[in-house]
Amino acid sequence: MASVQVLLFARYAELLGSPRLAVSLDQAATVGDLVAVLRALPGGNSLPERPFVTVNLTQAGFEQHLVATDEVALLPPMAGG
Amino acid sequence: MSHLAVAPLDVAAVMASVGAADRGGVASFVGLVRDHHGGRAVVELEYSAYEAMADAALAAIVAEAEDRWPVAVAVRHRLGVLAIGDAAVVVAVGGAHRDETFAACRYVIEELKRRVPIWKRERYVDGTEAWVDPTAPGGIVSA
Repeated sequence: MASVQVLLFARYAELLGSPRLAVSLDQAATVGDLVAVLRALPGGNSLPERPFVTVNLTQAGFEQHLVATDEVALLPPMAGG
Repeated sequence: MSHLAVAPLDVAAVMASVGAADRGGVASFVGLVRDHHGGRAVVELEYSAYEAMADAALAAIVAEAEDRWPVAVAVRHRLGVLAIGDAAVVVAVGGAHRDETFAACRYVIEELKRRVPIWKRERYVDGTEAWVDPTAPGGIVSA
């Protein structure tokens, strides 16, 4: 795939310096592959090893494969209310 | 209508929206901005959200509560910068009897805290800030 759009929120957006990143990935890349790329970016080493990830608004496992049209998001622990 | 709002919440209007002639009671929970957290003096909070997912998650929680109990549910969560005492969240549940209204109200606020992607940044009287993180020691992570 060309690249996948990744949304980052709250503390994770601060760590990586942006609320939105375009990440180049190999064909058949998984959520786990994406997290590994993000954790290698400047500031990314403070991300947890297993962050909460959604794909198209639904929680995704690390083995899920990504396509370029997916909306991927990394969510810090929720703190509403 | 979105379950998220930047403008101040109208608690009375949310409660009125679940009242009806055949509902004998309305239970509500209103979450207010508190002036302290973990022994630190808080001056204001900023809420942000993954808005598309948060709105969908709140709609799902409302539907679950209305499916489980014979009630009508309304919930609103505020985003943006809030001052001490401002209403951050309102849950209102109308039903024929009190048992189901209290039960459904409790369910909605607990599921909201657990499942809805909303985040809270605290600003303290000493000028420092932190992200609220219920999973972290002390409940915050320094910004």
